[in-house]
Amino acid sequence: MTAKPTRLIMGPFNRVEGDLEVSLDVSAGQVQSARVTAPLYRGFEQILAGRPPEDALVIAPRICGICSVSQSVAAARAIAAIAGAPMPDNGRLVTDLVLAAENAADHLTHFILFFMPDFARPVYAGRPWFRAAQTRFAAQGGQAGQSLVPARARFLHLMGLLAGKWPHSLAVQPGGVTKGVDTSERIRLLGILADFRAALETTLFADRLEHIASLDSAQTLDAWADAAPLDQGDFRLFLHIARDLELDRLGRGPARFISHGSFGLWPAGIVRDGVPAAFDPAQVSEDLSHAWMDSPTRPDADKPGAYSWCKAPRLDGTTMETGALARQWVAGDPLARSLAPQGGTVAARVIMRLVELARLVVAMEGWVRDIRPGQQFCVESPLPLRGSGLGLVEAARGALSHRLTCDGGIIRDYAIIAPTTWNFSPRDRDGNPGPLEQALVGATVHEDETSPVTVQHIVRSFDPCMVCTVH
Amino acid sequence: MSTPFSILWLQAGSCGGCTMSALAADDVGLVQALSRFGIRLLWHPSLSEETGADALSILADCAGGKTKVDALCVEGAALTGPHGSGRFQMMSGTALPLIHWIKAIAAQAEHVVAVGSCAAFGGIPATEANPTDAVGLQYGDTGLLGPDFRGRAGLPVINIAGCAPHPGWLIETLAELALSGSCALDSLGRPRSFADHLAHHGCSRNEFYEFKASAARASDRGCLMENLGCKATQAPGDCNIRRWNGFGSCTDGGYTCINCTSPGFQDPGAPFQETAKVAGIPVGLPVDMPKAWFVALAALSKSATPKRVRANAHADHVVIPPARLPPKQSS
Repeated sequence: MTAKPTRLIMGPFNRVEGDLEVSLDVSAGQVQSARVTAPLYRGFEQILAGRPPEDALVIAPRICGICSVSQSVAAARAIAAIAGAPMPDNGRLVTDLVLAAENAADHLTHFILFFMPDFARPVYAGRPWFRAAQTRFAAQGGQAGQSLVPARARFLHLMGLLAGKWPHSLAVQPGGVTKGVDTSERIRLLGILADFRAALETTLFADRLEHIASLDSAQTLDAWADAAPLDQGDFRLFLHIARDLELDRLGRGPARFISHGSFGLWPAGIVRDGVPAAFDPAQVSEDLSHAWMDSPTRPDADKPGAYSWCKAPRLDGTTMETGALARQWVAGDPLARSLAPQGGTVAARVIMRLVELARLVVAMEGWVRDIRPGQQFCVESPLPLRGSGLGLVEAARGALSHRLTCDGGIIRDYAIIAPTTWNFSPRDRDGNPGPLEQALVGATVHEDETSPVTVQHIVRSFDPCMVCTVH
Repeated sequence: MSTPFSILWLQAGSCGGCTMSALAADDVGLVQALSRFGIRLLWHPSLSEETGADALSILADCAGGKTKVDALCVEGAALTGPHGSGRFQMMSGTALPLIHWIKAIAAQAEHVVAVGSCAAFGGIPATEANPTDAVGLQYGDTGLLGPDFRGRAGLPVINIAGCAPHPGWLIETLAELALSGSCALDSLGRPRSFADHLAHHGCSRNEFYEFKASAARASDRGCLMENLGCKATQAPGDCNIRRWNGFGSCTDGGYTCINCTSPGFQDPGAPFQETAKVAGIPVGLPVDMPKAWFVALAALSKSATPKRVRANAHADHVVIPPARLPPKQSS
């Protein structure tokens, strides 16, 4: 006979973007089942309906303060899909630069401010890496925050230059960008990237970005981790922590990944049980069975059986994990495949985010050099009057889509599926738990823990953005 | 400073963008920028270690008056729906709506600071559709805390408007409160330190504005007011006197000011990127300038526009550089 499970309700869950509550049924020191609740509803799809389509360029970024540019790009692409505007090379390069800057800044913010501070908690005192973790990552006082938060701020000067400000810019348009870059600005951009590279190579990686970007298997990664003491680079410190705590076994998600593809570097696609396939947007549907929603845009806070404002996107009826790991897995990256052959884990998600950060900065340097000052940055895009357009993008935390339908020059319907809506979705009508709900099952809970730290690692490893989730 | 000035930060119906903006404050980040002035964060949803029960006990101590809160910073609109219940945003782990926590802690706080236009005036969530019954903390008759609310130190809600606000507005306002216990506010509760300026002041497109050499499409260098909806001549803010993210501003980024520091900016009555006009004349002219004069001066300056300015207004880079005096012939 098994004992009746104890229910633990974790909240407020901080160091995730937005509001989150996790409810756990625990017995025998393990999570038996989990329910993930997004306790905030914002109604952006209702706010967008009835407006002129181009207003989405102002409203959509404000869905999210951390994926703001991603939302801009999705909206601009949805409009462009109707209007059919071709984008000049310069417009594409600058759009890619601001999107990559947001993705890269988000990866860094997640690692140093949201994810790593948990290893500086007293529960880990006595571990061989604890002192190093505390020195580097204690919340609001760790050295990593003191050096890399300023480095991040100076990196975001790129946003000031190309997008006016971050977050919430109006620079990304369907036909390009509003800001032409001149020769001196191109040099300043290279300077910004050089400073950021130096900061990453000094403290985060303690190695050349190119070397990190080329790591291609769990074995080469292990060898790299062992090549120097654990406090040489924050990435190496994490690898040692991950090994000690077996984070490569923790938080296993579904062995199914989805990516919309990004920057022409990493193609779109899906992977199911190791088998790649093309991504077909027509296969995506949203299940509302456990969401406090009557219809895709009508809330119902009293709906029986519902427990979250988050809808449940499914591809062909199945859950999918999205994010940097998924993006790289789908793109055929050997490191991603080697780290997560049977689905994502805490370690694999965090490692791929950092490796992708290195790859992004290297790519950005090339894009800046490719800008041609004096040539066109934007073409005039006709205002869409009627039609339906799909805007697909990869935010730092995964696949984001906007479906804009307009008629008579007015938005009739605006449907958003955000990355964390995939990852943190509630159960569907068949009772299938969402990816995080699945990943939490089996997590260890010690008797005296009210907010089990393993659960916190698993939740944060997805880099959730709850404000997008509940647009 | 001996006693630190303590801040508690809550995220209401927000996108988190005000925090993201503040994370780049003064190129050192929110925590370091504030610590220079003896200001510390009791708890912040994105930055603090405490989660779950540990976080709740901090909040409970603040609401119960056990921990002194010098400033309660609220980011995001107060979601009062559905039907006044506040259930569109429950504080996780507490079975209570977030608006309950805001009211309880505001009653104890020396100052209440609305960070961003959502907390100040309702912002984007409070568009005409307003599906969540979003309101500002103290704006109009419907503000969450009511028109008569005063913080313990005597000030109404301090509205650091903007979407997102410049991080400097936040840091400098909090530092001013820590240093002097007060700060000067305009009629809508915005700190006068930034609200006494207009976004137009210092705009790098000034020559185009002077000659009414107007941009016709996105990426043109010309003035954005006549055609592309720019409201900088009416919008409170020192946006173009200081820099955003080191280099920028909306107009430097090539796009229009949407007057995001003002209530109601979310419903401009026309597309954001188009100028509403009556008989060819923009509706939204500078507030304190006689309309007839503006029209007359505009017509005059248009007729005097140099070819260079007109050409550059319709390009994304300088196509005609300024003319130079020919060098003097040396004998």
